[in-house]
Amino acid sequence: MSDWSRIAPQLLDATGETLYMVAVATVITVLLGIPLGVLLTVTGPGALAPRPVLHRVLGLLVNLGRSLPFIILLVLVAPLTRGLVGTTIGSTAAIVPLTVGAVPFLARLVETSLREVSHGKVEAALAMGARRRDVVRTVLLPEALPSLVAGTTVTVVALISYSAMAGAIGGGGLGDFAIRFGYQQFRTDITLLTVALLLVVVQALQFGGDTWARRLARR
Amino acid sequence: MIELNDVRKVFPARGRGPEVVALDGVDLTVRAGDFAGVVGPSGSGKSTLIRLVNLLERPTSGTVTVDGRVLTDLPADEVRRARSSIGMVFQHFELMDSRTAAANVEHPLELAGVGRAERRRRSGELLDLVGLGDRAQARPAQLSGGQKQRVAIARALAARPTVLLCDEATSALDQASTTGVLELLRRVRDELGLTVLLITHEMAVVKAVCDTAVLLEAGRVVDGGRLDQVLARGDSPLAAALLPAPVADHRVAGTLLRVTVTDTAPETHVLQVLVGRLGLDVEVAGGSVETVAGGRHGRLLLRVTGADQSGLDRALAQLRDDGSRVERVAAEVAR
Ligand SMILES: Nc1ncnc2c1ncn2[C@@H]1O[C@H](COP(=O)(O)OP(=O)(O)OP(=O)(O)O)[C@@H](O)[C@H]1O
Ligand SMILES: [Mg+2]
Repeated sequence: MSDWSRIAPQLLDATGETLYMVAVATVITVLLGIPLGVLLTVTGPGALAPRPVLHRVLGLLVNLGRSLPFIILLVLVAPLTRGLVGTTIGSTAAIVPLTVGAVPFLARLVETSLREVSHGKVEAALAMGARRRDVVRTVLLPEALPSLVAGTTVTVVALISYSAMAGAIGGGGLGDFAIRFGYQQFRTDITLLTVALLLVVVQALQFGGDTWARRLARR
Repeated sequence: MIELNDVRKVFPARGRGPEVVALDGVDLTVRAGDFAGVVGPSGSGKSTLIRLVNLLERPTSGTVTVDGRVLTDLPADEVRRARSSIGMVFQHFELMDSRTAAANVEHPLELAGVGRAERRRRSGELLDLVGLGDRAQARPAQLSGGQKQRVAIARALAARPTVLLCDEATSALDQASTTGVLELLRRVRDELGLTVLLITHEMAVVKAVCDTAVLLEAGRVVDGGRLDQVLARGDSPLAAALLPAPVADHRVAGTLLRVTVTDTAPETHVLQVLVGRLGLDVEVAGGSVETVAGGRHGRLLLRVTGADQSGLDRALAQLRDDGSRVERVAAEVAR
């Protein structure tokens, strides 16, 4: 345990990197995933703006994104990462595959949430003279908000687990830390400490998300 | 004013099922300021009919005219604008759970681009009108069914519509709330001069609030008119639905007579003649009389004993000449 003073700052850095990757990926995922989920929902059969072909194509892409193991996705999007970030190494580069992996995941959850909004409410808005985009903006999204928050929480937790994997191939963060200091140096205590730290982060996020969703639902 | 002309609505076949003809050549006129009802058994097309009026459902053929505008001829964005002058109230309220009562009332105004201050003022005014001025900040989850429907009515009135559509507006409510909501609907019609179209499967609702009604059966209008006139007709299927005939028990001795009661043909005259003048034994075997559309209406079943049949026939003929509606009930068809 004499090396803690050497390891502690690195652990702190790794935690910072994980939080950075996950935070930025979350923001981008929400910005892309929610519109994609909305599009999936409204283009569905019998929905606001049925577009069978578009719906099927989007559905296929989303399923593709969700069925690929993340480790394979990491490799597949490498060219895209290089194009966007200039390198495939480092926390910033890891954000690209993280986002690509999480967007389809969130989009499906968003679609499920929006479908739960009763058709009666949609019709009530249409009867008031709402345009389709008004229905999305003033009915679907606000009525589904508690469920959207819950879905986003699940996505963030998934991002943390993805980020550990991304770390292992050069993204830094807690996953990388656990492998370099724990696994490769046979330091089980460091591995466990990292796991505990991840658990704390996940627990905190889940608790925060649940509380927020519950507060919204209780409105 | 609402006018449906030769409206057909066919739902295309789903999967292997047959296509469904929900409405089959419906003509319907609701005059401006009238409170009109549509009744009919389940599946007769009531909901489809009311949803045609604001084109939530498009007719397969035929025209829909509201306040002189042929909605079925308008392009989509004008239909949308026309909808804001047609309020609608639903069986399950359909309030937004994410909004307070006031924000729900403001919803149509937001969609119409009305400014914030004006929306506030209007929602306050409307919640007062429906008796919920003190619950403006309540969420739907905190309101009773009757209160939710009042908020929904306030919302439907927010954009100052000329027409109000009510789709089973009281069917999810208990008796007390139903009465309250019906009184409110009647009152807003009177105060705002609205044209109201209400569909329901509850005859009591029609009797309580409607001026006119139509009976829908299997997608066709089979009867209809002003309630007082409909109820005065002995052979009207709508009248039979509104005032169910008493069941005749032919096992008891005596002659059964059916009397249709109206203000102009009261049962008292029949009784005077039969009991007073002819000295017959008359008992009421069933029936009811109620006040509908401001007049007394009902059907009574009288059992007459000790009558000489030809004398009774002469008396009945005389009564009918006097304007009374009375007839023998045949043993088989006791309606
Ligand atoms: N969207 C739809 N697609 C296919 N068929 C439909 C649709 N809506 C209604 N129908 C059919 O049209 C007919 C009339 O239905 P509608 O809902 O208008 O009846 P209703 O008189 O309102 O019945 P209820 O009193 O049970 O509400 C029914 O046979 C119904 O199955
Ligand atoms: Mg119905």
